[in-house]
Amino acid sequence: MSHHMKLYEVFIRSRRGLDHKHVGSLHAEDAEQAMEYARDLYTRRSEGVSIWIVNSSDIHASQESDCESFYDPLDDKPYRHATHYQLPDKVNNM
Amino acid sequence: MDNDLTQATADYAVRLGDDALILGHRLSEWCSRGPFMEEDLALTNVALDYIGRARMFLGYAAQLRGGECTEDTLAYQRDCREFTNLLINELPRGDFAFTMVRQYLLDEHSLLFLDQLGRSSDSELAAIAGKAIKESRYHQRRSREWMLRLGDGTEESQRRLQNALDDLWGYTPELFLMDELETALYELGIAVDRAALQAPWQAAVHSVFSETAVTVPSGGWEVVGGRTGYHTEHLGHLLSDLQFVQRAYPGCQW
Repeated sequence: MSHHMKLYEVFIRSRRGLDHKHVGSLHAEDAEQAMEYARDLYTRRSEGVSIWIVNSSDIHASQESDCESFYDPLDDKPYRHATHYQLPDKVNNM
Repeated sequence: MDNDLTQATADYAVRLGDDALILGHRLSEWCSRGPFMEEDLALTNVALDYIGRARMFLGYAAQLRGGECTEDTLAYQRDCREFTNLLINELPRGDFAFTMVRQYLLDEHSLLFLDQLGRSSDSELAAIAGKAIKESRYHQRRSREWMLRLGDGTEESQRRLQNALDDLWGYTPELFLMDELETALYELGIAVDRAALQAPWQAAVHSVFSETAVTVPSGGWEVVGGRTGYHTEHLGHLLSDLQFVQRAYPGCQW
């Protein structure tokens, strides 16, 4: 049965959290059913107070093969971090 | 409360606890046998809700009965004839359609019943109902959706849904049966008037099935007896499974 069903990604906002975090995925016939299964699979131990359901097919993911061109060039640019700079004493908080 | 009333209230709580315990056990039989993983977990969540409900009702009954009585002795040390659950709750789980039709019929009933029990003059019963109705709202949302899915699905799903509804229908009149105990408790504001729930229940059930290809049976047969301990042949087998450990190793804990 499940091979006919769509895949959904589940995001849960915890009681004290401000953002929804990805917690996993599930199969369901439609978004309404996915919402109920998300409740049963991912909030049964009071993990959350809000659920987002997203079609997995709507997620565009970066590729493993992109790692080199995406991330490596950032390793040698410490000046992009605030901590790289010596701040004048007058600037107390940064 | 005088002693007769206390014992009558305890008997009433045992009925409601038995209903929850037996249905919860039937649902738990789906564990690892659900049609797919998500539904397997969802169904067993519902089973756990019912086991929790059974503990609340039976625990309260034990407290009223006093002495050596506990929720465990009520669940594990009574025999078939002492169980007072409704017959529909003990029927074997059948196929998925059968389980979900039974669930749907009972969920619609629970919404009406628990709403009334929440107004009981017995504050403990009212509190249990207040907690349980929140669960039942979710159960009904799920089971109702399955009625629409199966009833509007394939030829096979419609056939299975129709068969389940036909096989279950004669067990539904018992949901609305008042006897001496419940009538007396109703007059004191403790119990729910079951008979008054039948019309709104029929309306809800007809409205949902009218959106599907299945036909609601018009009646013609009914089976009752659960409240007086006259059960189907299925309850004994269920209890042999449910009670095995406590029967084989009395008082064992882990």
